[in-house]
Amino acid sequence: MAVALDLLVQIAQMVLVLALAPLFAGYVRKVKAHLLRRQGPPLVQPYREVLRLLRKDVVLADSASWVFRVSPYLVFATTWVAAALVPTFATGLVFSYAADVIAIVALLGSARFMLALAGLDVGTSFGGIGSSREMLIASLAEPAMLMVVFTLSLLAGSTQLSSIAAFMQASDVGLRFSLALALIGLIMVAIAENARIPIDNPATHLELTMVHEAMILEYSGRHLALIEAAAFLKLLLYVSVIACVFFPWGIATSGQGLVAYVAAVGVYLLKLAAGGFLLAAFETAIAKMRVFRVPDFLGAALMLGFLATLLLFVTMAG
Amino acid sequence: MSDAGSVFVGAVLLIPAASAALLAALPDDRVTARLNALASFLTFVAASVLFFERPPPGHYLIVDDLNVVFIVLSTFVGFTTSMFSGSYIAHELETGRLTPLYLRFYHAMYQILMFGMNLALLSNNIGLMWVAIELATLTTVLMVGIYRTPAALEAAWKYFLLGSVGIALALFGTILVYLAAHSVVGEGLDAMAWNVLVRRAPEFDPALLNLAFLFLLLGYGTKVGLVPLHAWLPDAHAEGPTPISAVLSGLLLNVALFAVLRFKSVLSANPGAFAPGPLMVSLGLLSVIFASFMLYRRHDIKRMFGYSSIEHMGIITFAFGMGGPLANFAGLLHMTLHSLTKSAIFFCVGHIAQAKGTQHMPDIRGLTVSHPVLGWGLVLGVAAIAGLPPMGLFMTEFLIVTTTFARHPLLAIALGLGLLTGFGALLLRLNGLAFGDPHGSGAPARASFVPVYAHFGLVLAAGVWLPPALTEWFQHVASLLR
Amino acid sequence: MDRLALDVAHLFAGGLVLVSFMLLYQDRMTGLVNNFALHALVVSLAVAWQAHIQHAPHLYITAAIALGVKAIVIPLALHRIIVQLGIHRTIETVVGIGQTMLAGIGLVALSIIVMLPITAKAGTLAQQDLAFALSVLLLGLLMMISRRNAVSQVIGFMSIENGLILAATGAKGMPLVVEISVAFSILIALIVIGVFLFRIRERFDTVDIHALHEYRGEQP
Repeated sequence: MAVALDLLVQIAQMVLVLALAPLFAGYVRKVKAHLLRRQGPPLVQPYREVLRLLRKDVVLADSASWVFRVSPYLVFATTWVAAALVPTFATGLVFSYAADVIAIVALLGSARFMLALAGLDVGTSFGGIGSSREMLIASLAEPAMLMVVFTLSLLAGSTQLSSIAAFMQASDVGLRFSLALALIGLIMVAIAENARIPIDNPATHLELTMVHEAMILEYSGRHLALIEAAAFLKLLLYVSVIACVFFPWGIATSGQGLVAYVAAVGVYLLKLAAGGFLLAAFETAIAKMRVFRVPDFLGAALMLGFLATLLLFVTMAG
Repeated sequence: MSDAGSVFVGAVLLIPAASAALLAALPDDRVTARLNALASFLTFVAASVLFFERPPPGHYLIVDDLNVVFIVLSTFVGFTTSMFSGSYIAHELETGRLTPLYLRFYHAMYQILMFGMNLALLSNNIGLMWVAIELATLTTVLMVGIYRTPAALEAAWKYFLLGSVGIALALFGTILVYLAAHSVVGEGLDAMAWNVLVRRAPEFDPALLNLAFLFLLLGYGTKVGLVPLHAWLPDAHAEGPTPISAVLSGLLLNVALFAVLRFKSVLSANPGAFAPGPLMVSLGLLSVIFASFMLYRRHDIKRMFGYSSIEHMGIITFAFGMGGPLANFAGLLHMTLHSLTKSAIFFCVGHIAQAKGTQHMPDIRGLTVSHPVLGWGLVLGVAAIAGLPPMGLFMTEFLIVTTTFARHPLLAIALGLGLLTGFGALLLRLNGLAFGDPHGSGAPARASFVPVYAHFGLVLAAGVWLPPALTEWFQHVASLLR
Repeated sequence: MDRLALDVAHLFAGGLVLVSFMLLYQDRMTGLVNNFALHALVVSLAVAWQAHIQHAPHLYITAAIALGVKAIVIPLALHRIIVQLGIHRTIETVVGIGQTMLAGIGLVALSIIVMLPITAKAGTLAQQDLAFALSVLLLGLLMMISRRNAVSQVIGFMSIENGLILAATGAKGMPLVVEISVAFSILIALIVIGVFLFRIRERFDTVDIHALHEYRGEQP
């Protein structure tokens, strides 16, 4: 019975993240527009974009191989799975034993790999630029992400996200400097991975400034729809990870009643709203960096991750 | 132990401090030079009384067997150097290398340096000793740069940076020693007092003591001029005024080594801590061999004698690293005699440089012909420093080599090789400097030769006949050091 | 020891290590001086907190001295010197910033590995403070080695002194003598620094120590 309930919660989670992701992206766009004293597109505009793209024909280049055609499906699948594993409103998910932070990082890494290959596949120069820049960012962002993961797992004694969330919620972790450093590091990595300002401008139309957009320039129709949906899911995933690990209050544990679950969903929506607002405000307040400064930015994130781990050793020895 | 002793200890510290203030205020250079010498003489007298009257050890100051010899030596060499400085500085004023304002600064700094060194030797508190050594270092930094030529500034800047790094490492070591002590002795001044530390050392945490000694050896070792931390020493000797070179070589290096010795005795008292001997032996040997090779091909006379100081400090560190009563005795005596000899050599060199107008050795030739008193003084000095009998340094080097040979023959061979190399270099240079046809300006040297020959007299006396009281004294101190 | 007290002490000490890294990263003169002011501010906060939890009121004086002299007076003086000497430009480094930072991380790891087991008996507070103080000391040394500019070497040295202040306060009950001596040496160092910077400028029209290298004194 408990297993069935957990399965139900898992399925609910999968549906929830898929449904919420475009809404979250639309919400961020709306807040940015309002901060710039514009009306901005409606909140449901991303849904309309995805649906429109799904109805359109695919236009393939002659030089495109099977990699190009298969990538969008793989990217979408891996990102959806990763997003479904992160405990957003409940920790008792049936697949939570697999919800290892390292597994999530690996899933996202595979998605990025496929996308970069697809960008190179057609042989255009902009695709090449996008893929090489993406790999540059990845080569620094992944170690930084892993250092943050190490800090968290050293503290909680496990790499499973639900265990980490439970640990942060339950014990009196106290005012840990390492956690502050880890949070800042994770935020910097999240910004880099999701191609937000100051790393990459998601709304740009100038190809030479693009990173993520340049890789997907050749995509159209349902392929593009899947990739856009994957991008929305990735953003939602990162915000959920930050909310789950660093602000775990309100997550329902397994075995509590339906009321608790519904309340947890409400809390989750509130966290998303706060996170989206902060992201929009940050993006509005800061300018995009030139590409050669991106390694500095990510190097700082890596340093913060290293420091967080080292400092944690000092306190844990005491 | 008596209260009269406290008066004299206070005098040893207060006289330099007060005269520094006075010297900074007075404008006339002849008066200040004489006042400088007088103050140094009075400090020496007060220090010699400490041989007989000692105050009880306090929280901040102590006079025990180890430091009473050094304080008398330090004040004595300070006094003779001030006599030398008087005539030297008058000449510098004439040639315009120094202005009267800088002269007041120089004299005030000189007395502050004496104060700092006396305080370092007399202090019973490891923190106070650190402050005093830092004070002494900073005054010498200022004085090395006093000529304000580009080379002098470079030398002073290098000395400042390396000295500061050394001081910082030494402070960290001091803090670690306090940490080791306070868990046993309790918090407060007692955990920083030498007499308490040596007594309670067996109870300290050995790992903390090990790390502390490492930092202290590196930190104070920079000030001693041990290779590879020696980079400041040749430049500082070459570019500063000669009285400062004399005081640096003769006194400040000794004070730094004295600090290392104090900490070594604390470390050796703890059975669990690592033996500091091998580390000191290797640093000492490295210094001897490196410096003796560097003695060749030097063209600046003061730089060459700077390297010679590095070599001798290496010998002394080697001796104390070997340990045992004979080696310790030899090390202590070598410290004393090296002070006297090296400062006397620098007195000669200072007058030579002034008479010839250059420090460049190829331009200085045939001194025994053009300036006989100076020339033969230099010959005597170089013979002494190279370790020729019957001068005292021969005896101490002989003792060190023989005790080492009895225990570690290979090390003795290496040491002997280094000594011989240095010996050869010095004699080669001496040949060029002192003998042959005279070269360059033949201006007479306005010099006071009394300090030079007084020092050499003492060194010769020590080599030929060391008074039994003194021998016994040194042996007693050597036994305290393990 | 109270958990919150320990955490706050850890916060300040770890913050000091972080600011030392920021010092390593800086490549502009004015930014460097401002960063150093932040460094001194963090150290004075750390010392003040130690004064509070150790119930040692004389440490408040040390904190005040660190704040007044090193966080306010010296940065102001350095700003004026920079403007007067006209040297507000970028600082050259010996190796790239990335490698310097990695070396810095290595040094922090080394100091933690060395200090933690040795100070295990001395109590958690002393352990943390000493490990972090040694890290700050080594990072300051790294900064002195990897910079080619006299002002940044001086700032590196002063950050070493800040680390030592942290170490001295971490060792409980070290008498006032050491605190006065540390403050005293700061003052003298300031005088010397000021004198030298003006002298170097006077002689070379620059404080780039590369210009000094001709006079390196290693010629015979």
